[in-house]
Amino acid sequence: MTVRQGMLALLAEEPMHCYHLRQRFEERTGGTWPLNIGQAYTTVQRLVRDGLVELAPDDGAATGAAATPRGALATRSRSPQTAERYRLTTAGRDEVDAWWTTPVERGTPTRDELAIKVALAVTAPGVDVRAVVQAQRTESMRALRDYTRLAAEQGSDLTWALVLDALVFTTEAEVRWLDHVEARIARTGGTDGGTR
Amino acid sequence: MSGPVLLRLHGVTRVHGSGEAAVHALQGVDLEVRLGELVAVMGPSGSGKSTLLTLAGGLDTPSSGTVEVAGEQIEGLDQNRRARLRRRGVGYVFQDFNLVPALTAAENVALPRELDGVRARKARREALRALEEVGLREVADRFPEEMSGGQRQRVAIARALVGPRRLLLADEPTGALDSLTGEDVMRLLRARVDAGAAGLLVTHEPRFAAWADRTVFLRDGVVVDSTGERPAPESLLAPAVAGPFGPGTGPSGPLT
Repeated sequence: MTVRQGMLALLAEEPMHCYHLRQRFEERTGGTWPLNIGQAYTTVQRLVRDGLVELAPDDGAATGAAATPRGALATRSRSPQTAERYRLTTAGRDEVDAWWTTPVERGTPTRDELAIKVALAVTAPGVDVRAVVQAQRTESMRALRDYTRLAAEQGSDLTWALVLDALVFTTEAEVRWLDHVEARIARTGGTDGGTR
Repeated sequence: MSGPVLLRLHGVTRVHGSGEAAVHALQGVDLEVRLGELVAVMGPSGSGKSTLLTLAGGLDTPSSGTVEVAGEQIEGLDQNRRARLRRRGVGYVFQDFNLVPALTAAENVALPRELDGVRARKARREALRALEEVGLREVADRFPEEMSGGQRQRVAIARALVGPRRLLLADEPTGALDSLTGEDVMRLLRARVDAGAAGLLVTHEPRFAAWADRTVFLRDGVVVDSTGERPAPESLLAPAVAGPFGPGTGPSGPLT
């Protein structure tokens, strides 16, 4: 996912100010994807440039400015609450629909640092592969325990639960893979270093 | 962890057979589990996990070294006292549940208490309370075959928890359960341990071992590594308040 697509998806729900959009983005991704206001602003400008997003008209009326006393209005005009709100164009809406129905592209799998490290360790002279695997497994189990703890404490917040579950399952896969690597090495007897 | 040590294994070795055919299932294992602490043991098959659990529960005795439960050294006890310690102090949860098919859920749970010599009526009351604790009061009068796998496992846990048991031993308790039901089982074990028991869990599932305070890795009968105790609540809470996974603030460093 890119920030761009996430923002389009949020704007599909309702028109928003840039400030509000950034805040909503962080909330809805469970804080896993921090965004600074500069990034948010730049992304929105590009979306406008590409014709996917436009300024929402009648912004003043929509926020009930007509009923607001003058003094208050003057103050509010500088606050983020009254900054320009953005909404999707038809093209933007199409893009969001297409995003929901398209599977996420996989990253480049060969660039997994851990996989490469273990692959190198197997053939490197004098390296105890089982020790390399164990050190990583212990660290991964620590991370898994901490995610599990956070998830258990999270309780009812579904957004959070889903994000943490994803971390839990990804980390679990790593541990399982390490178990598998160890078993495979044991079977081929392919350790160059000592066993403990 | 602040509770007193409930289970202590010191220099425990277990050899099966003798001479050339001798198999060293465990070699000089040291392990402590405190009240309020859940410890997971992981390792490949044949690493000694299950041997460790049977020794901790007094179902077997070490070839050398000592096993202490609540300050009592198991090897020093005669058969009767050891059996009593097993029944009263230790609760077991196994993968295959081991429920008696001809008994209802409540009768299954009450069984160990009746063996303890508790009167039937009181045993049933305790059983119902234990079933309530695992959220299964409504299946009390059903037979095992009338329950789902998840319910049977929870009944097995209720049976392990009934009465004043303080040492909880679990061997692959999430066995063939689906991921959410397995999670329910772990939440239950965790809650019981938090409420004042010591738990030792053998599993090959990292996701379930992750419910423990620490994980000990066993290989060829030797403890090769441990995650160490989990961080204090405050150190998990601080990043959670600041945005748990902001750069460098997460419990295990930055995410990529």
